[in-house]
Amino acid sequence: MSVIVFAENVQGKFKKSTFEAVSYAKAIAVKLNLPLTAVSIGQVADAELSGLGKYGADKVLNCKNEKLNNFNVQPYASVIAQAAKAEGAKVVVMGASFSGKGVAPRVAVKLSAGLGENLVDLPRMDGSFEVKKGAYSGKAFEYIEILADVKVLSVMPNSYKVVENPAAAAISSFDAQLTDKDFALTVKETVRASDKISLPDAELVVSAGRGMKGPENWGMIEELASLLGAATACSKPVSDAGWRPHSEHVGQTGIAISPNLYIAIGISGAIQHLAGVSSSKVIVVVNKDPEAPFFKSADYGILGDAFEIVPRLIEGAKAFKASHN
Amino acid sequence: MKILVCISHVPDTTAKITFTPDNKEFVSSGVTFIINPYDEIALARAIELAEPAKGSVTALHVGDASTEPTLRKALAIGATDAVRINAQPRDGYYTAKQIAQYASQHSFDMILCGRESSDHNGSSVPAMVAEFLDIPSVMFAKKLTLEGNSAVMEREIEGGKEVISSSLPFVAGVGEGMAEPKIPNMRGIMSARTKPLAVVEPVDVPQLSKTLRYEKPEARSSVKMIAAEEAAGLFNLLREEKKVI
Repeated sequence: MSVIVFAENVQGKFKKSTFEAVSYAKAIAVKLNLPLTAVSIGQVADAELSGLGKYGADKVLNCKNEKLNNFNVQPYASVIAQAAKAEGAKVVVMGASFSGKGVAPRVAVKLSAGLGENLVDLPRMDGSFEVKKGAYSGKAFEYIEILADVKVLSVMPNSYKVVENPAAAAISSFDAQLTDKDFALTVKETVRASDKISLPDAELVVSAGRGMKGPENWGMIEELASLLGAATACSKPVSDAGWRPHSEHVGQTGIAISPNLYIAIGISGAIQHLAGVSSSKVIVVVNKDPEAPFFKSADYGILGDAFEIVPRLIEGAKAFKASHN
Repeated sequence: MKILVCISHVPDTTAKITFTPDNKEFVSSGVTFIINPYDEIALARAIELAEPAKGSVTALHVGDASTEPTLRKALAIGATDAVRINAQPRDGYYTAKQIAQYASQHSFDMILCGRESSDHNGSSVPAMVAEFLDIPSVMFAKKLTLEGNSAVMEREIEGGKEVISSSLPFVAGVGEGMAEPKIPNMRGIMSARTKPLAVVEPVDVPQLSKTLRYEKPEARSSVKMIAAEEAAGLFNLLREEKKVI
């Protein structure tokens, strides 16, 4: 028996969200007194694979197959499910990344497992197996008991801290049985902005709304974000108006995020927006309207026009960087 | 072209969320229910794809009779017919199994779902339906076009996008950008009353999970206001008081 974790890579490298998933899986493995096996799919160098040991992987199954260098939901689900069976997995963990959210349900069906998706905390495992996830778009949490013998869990980015817990990380190669049917999808093109910080994974987010008046004024938002090493985001009216891409829209019908710091500039804080950002650890709101509802949900508020305040924040960020480097 | 669109019946996005005193159930009285916003996008795209091909769009929902107005709205928007699977959905697995069972008896060219429901914030149904049917699934699809016998989709990935081609049939979990939601017109509303709405009994599904209770997030302590002139000092405060940078 074991706990397994799918160690997702991006172009051969593991990201922080993968280390979070490994740390989360290790905490479960320790509690259940089981070894932790990481499963890597695609082309990843041995040195990178060994790095999973730092966060507690006892074993690493390396499924190297040139047809699997790009994420592809069906063969990836097959590999993870076959690895789970080979290892006698009681719990299968992965990050709730865009790919992880797509593959976890397929793995659960293959294993007739109970699925706990988009989890925000460790499960409670005293007799029953209880997981916690967000519900009603950030307006509530839902506690779910997983009744099935095998559990498949996906953990939200930025919900569980990376914890070092060194283990052997013994690497062995793993061959899965794949059929033509597994390859009904073909990845034609992957476009990745290499200089951009991915929004769901970002620890710091600078977000702006209609208070910016138009897309031509986003330069200062981008400057502030880049000084802080933050991702940029926006409110729904902004992406609906085409000022910014939909991929930057955070809120009830956009992406839900939980960064350490969320700075909202010129966003009034409608309930649908709060739904997507309320699990941010610290919220700073900049708005010229003292009645903006967002102030009620903020930790820090600055009353003032964005065009006056943002330049001051940029100065502040520069000074802060200079004194802390 | 036969398209199945799966519809969730969810509280309006502005609804106040309350639970019973034991926190075990959502209080639905006084709450307006709507088509899940992502499902509305999926429905709009399905109608756009089916219309020129003289195809059909079936709107399917798993729920009790009280949810029928939501399905009628899907008909008013432009679905050809509707199906209600007469059951209280338990979890994503249960819902997906019911959808897959229905789909397996009617050969659809594609199945479109919203990429997440705004009530339980589950995103498992599209991929589970696809796995039950052993067909491809694409989550976070934000573009979808047909090219001959295959579909080309764009899906969201961290920091970018991926262009994928899929054989038919497939299941897509639809996100923002694929289409603009359609508003029903008067003719649509009138014709929705007479369009077929079939009621199908559910199949048995083993119970793999159950909701125990809900909890409201802790309220934030009151906001600390910083004078506009002191704005530049924000980052020192964030470091000293909150240790987030």
